[in-house]
Amino acid sequence: MQLNCPMPEVDFNVITLGHGSGGLLTNRLLDKSVFSLFKNEMLDPRHDGAIFNLKGRTAFTTDSFVISPIFFPGGNIGELAVNGTVNDLAMCGASAQYMSLSLIIEEGMRMDELWEVLVGVKSAADKAGIVIVTGDTKVVDKGKGDIIFINTTGIGELHPHADIDAQRMHDGDVIIVSGEIATHGISIMSVREGLEFETDIESDTRPLNHLVQKLLDEVAEDVVLLRDPTRGGVATVLNEIARQSGFGVMLEEKQLPIDERVDSACEMLGLDPLYVANEGIFMAIVRSTSAGKALEIIKGATEGEQAAIIGSFTSDHPGKVILKSRIGGRRMVNMLPGEQLPRIC
Amino acid sequence: MKYLNEYRDSGVVKAYLQELHQCVTQPWTIMEICGGQTHSLVKSGILEMLPDKINMVHGPGCPVCVTPLHMIDKAIYLAKEKGVTLFSFGDMIRVPGSEKSLITAKAEGADIRIVYSPLEAVSYAKSNPDKEVVFFAVGFETTAPANALSVIQANKISIPNYSILASHVLVPPAMEVILGDEDNRIQAFLAAGHVCTVMGTLEYFPIADTYQTPIVITGFEPVDLVQGILLAVKQMEEGRCEVENQYKRVVTCEGNHEAKKIIEEVFEIVDREWRGIGIIPQSGYGIKEAYAGYDADKKYDVNIEKVNEPEECIAGEILTGRKKPFECPMFGNVCTPENPLGAPMVSSEGACAAYYHFKSDTEMTNA
Repeated sequence: MQLNCPMPEVDFNVITLGHGSGGLLTNRLLDKSVFSLFKNEMLDPRHDGAIFNLKGRTAFTTDSFVISPIFFPGGNIGELAVNGTVNDLAMCGASAQYMSLSLIIEEGMRMDELWEVLVGVKSAADKAGIVIVTGDTKVVDKGKGDIIFINTTGIGELHPHADIDAQRMHDGDVIIVSGEIATHGISIMSVREGLEFETDIESDTRPLNHLVQKLLDEVAEDVVLLRDPTRGGVATVLNEIARQSGFGVMLEEKQLPIDERVDSACEMLGLDPLYVANEGIFMAIVRSTSAGKALEIIKGATEGEQAAIIGSFTSDHPGKVILKSRIGGRRMVNMLPGEQLPRIC
Repeated sequence: MKYLNEYRDSGVVKAYLQELHQCVTQPWTIMEICGGQTHSLVKSGILEMLPDKINMVHGPGCPVCVTPLHMIDKAIYLAKEKGVTLFSFGDMIRVPGSEKSLITAKAEGADIRIVYSPLEAVSYAKSNPDKEVVFFAVGFETTAPANALSVIQANKISIPNYSILASHVLVPPAMEVILGDEDNRIQAFLAAGHVCTVMGTLEYFPIADTYQTPIVITGFEPVDLVQGILLAVKQMEEGRCEVENQYKRVVTCEGNHEAKKIIEEVFEIVDREWRGIGIIPQSGYGIKEAYAGYDADKKYDVNIEKVNEPEECIAGEILTGRKKPFECPMFGNVCTPENPLGAPMVSSEGACAAYYHFKSDTEMTNA
């Protein structure tokens, strides 16, 4: 947590249905928390919505966050809710500007926990440079939620030279991953009820917009596609791109960057890191002629130090993702029908 | 990763493959017992790197695949009708029962949870004395010690609301069924390294002798598998039928004494039904009378109608190596991981799942 924000003095310890009623209790809660923490000139009028001007091509995205547990090593649901939306905008080639924040709180949530989540939101928003300009708070009956759900919607201007489009794909375009894979998913797994294991692996949730802007400033014309491999991991996203673009993917297993502790946890649980969720990394599909430069730019940033070229697109096997194994064999990398489950033994 | 990277070394794999190509003179059919081995063979692309003369067929060692449909129905019945909190290993929950899988029952409101260890279920039962807790104890000799230990633990700290629905199976009797079949074509086995880690290697000597079949206890990494295949081929080429231990870094002759003691304390050997195969005499573990209070089958007197396997599913032939997944007319069209007819298509150790996920259409028609 970057911010040192002591919890405001309030005369309640838990959120009750009354805090979502729209009346006095709601106002008291929001005054002490949301409005004081996120204070800015667009939010302060407390209007039904925010009013602002936009110029040029604009990206618009929304995402809902239902993660359990809400606090995990390396972050909380609040940070995730901001970074998720900021990164979705970044993947469109846009810099994050304005954001909405909707909270669906389960009756009985502790105020200190809500405060910690909101501080997480503020901290992440400041890092990304996005402003929270509108929002909503609802409280649902105990048992009808899971402590807190958050929806964020973001809007941002596109980089003037960005042309992110799978249809621009060429044979030989290179896939760069900006950091170690599977870190976030395994950190969550390590604290999930029933599957806990001792580890110091922390989620890598972080805003990627600054790094993406830097990349676009230098080689925008040669960046074909940007994707953050969140749910379903690298394998699922590459399959989606392969289907969408009509090209195939050739992946090199030995090039995949992965933290040794994460790799060990995947081995123990029987999970394939290619399908484990990520938060703090993105994949850039770039023209092969610019791949070296793009990799250098990404590796030059703290959040991209572990970046690597992991494969390329090819017209050889359209729509299919094939992996060259460490020992030189080949196998398909398909989409999974559902969530990966830990194996028996 | 120490102890893993060494066994994924492409140089070592290539050297063994080269030796294999040099020593094989005639066609051989080898069965790897364990589903973990099947997945590793397919995932690392070894099957395509082997000499054409070597035919690898995939064995019954997928615990989820051989758990009878009736047991899944029982587990669902306990969770839905008896209101128990059912704990299960992860890859059990998508396996179809006669009408639905555990994951569907969960979506319908049953309290079904995934754990990595049965001791988590004991701990939950202890913290929630008002809830009846059942652990779905499936698996081979590998999971038996932990499942038995959960019963011992529950008994020791007096947790009456914990029990297990046991469906444990044993590897050697299944090997004998395969070898005793008049149509058997298996000429050598790669035995399951992890099962032998618990049980040791001694029980395989009489099988190798009786059926004159080489048995190589083999690990799970690419180097292990290629070396295991090489050892088996060398035996066959030289006319030997021995038990060899490729997985010496883990497996000893006697196995794990403590683990075996725990198994013996709680379980006794019983006849067991194997999904797709039928009843194999003396092929599984049942809970001893002394621990009958922890036997969910007895505790809840589960009496539900037994439903037969869908006829179109050839899981039995797949699990005994008589057919390969792509030889099934349902494979990949009617039967997929989203809509499986049988367990091998959904388990993380199932042969059909391995082929579906990792092999391309062309490879399958050529395999």
